[in-house]
Amino acid sequence: MARQLYYEDVAVESEIPALIKHPTPRQLVMWAGASTDFYEIHYDGDFAHNNGLPGIIVHGQLSCGFLGQMITDWIGDEGSIRKLTCGYKGMNFPGEALTCRGEVTGKYLADNEHHVEADIWVENPRGERTALGIVVVTLPARG
Amino acid sequence: MAEDSLISEELRSRVGVKGKPRVYPIEKGLIKQFALAIDDPNPLWKDEEYARKSRYGGMVAPPALVIALGWSDFQADGPRGRAGLHGGTELEYYQPIRAGDTITVTNTLVDAQEKESKRLGRMAVFTYERTYKNQQREVVAKCRQLLINYRAEEAKRG
Repeated sequence: MARQLYYEDVAVESEIPALIKHPTPRQLVMWAGASTDFYEIHYDGDFAHNNGLPGIIVHGQLSCGFLGQMITDWIGDEGSIRKLTCGYKGMNFPGEALTCRGEVTGKYLADNEHHVEADIWVENPRGERTALGIVVVTLPARG
Repeated sequence: MAEDSLISEELRSRVGVKGKPRVYPIEKGLIKQFALAIDDPNPLWKDEEYARKSRYGGMVAPPALVIALGWSDFQADGPRGRAGLHGGTELEYYQPIRAGDTITVTNTLVDAQEKESKRLGRMAVFTYERTYKNQQREVVAKCRQLLINYRAEEAKRG
């Protein structure tokens, strides 16, 4: 898989490599099947409209899953996610590219483990942050 | 309380009451299904041979699986019959969840509040805390979930 990230390699204010996803209606159906979230706003356009939505929308947890992928790609097999939060502030629509981004906000030693914290978010094509949260990971250290 | 409250008496009475535990086997097939759904090629959740040689000794659950585990049963605990949206997810992850584990999840409704939203009109925000234990009864994760209820007619007017 990707090369391993070490604690010493991470600088505060550095960016997490961005991940671009292209959710399709089919992907929302696959997520529904895997998660058992069969709420109709994610695949039935009439239902979505009747709920006051502009159209079918991406499951919030799928966008959180995308952020999870960005992070696990970044930290490598030896890193671990300790905390992952995501507020679903805006709607995401299938057919639009979603860009997952993050910025490191801190690093510290605690309980004998090397922690890194970052702000994370999902951006839609209009640059709006539709999901935002934080992640705390632990990483291996060289020293 | 207002007759037209978005929070029923029945739900309000459940605040603070721990739900019944529900048991989920974590199978390789489920892990692979999540990997496909997110379209994540990470071999830790797709390739048994690769995962076996990793520090985990086998396939493990991606964060997406942990937050979604048992979702339809979780929904059954919640408010029904109104338009809903997902407000947020907060996961604390203490130990890996592995293929072959059996995870027991307990939900507790910890808060129910009514608020005004510019877009949705009046809405109710329900906060749940979910605790995940493995077959050794170790707490492997906790997840706080915010679920929103609103009236579709108010959202359409807005």
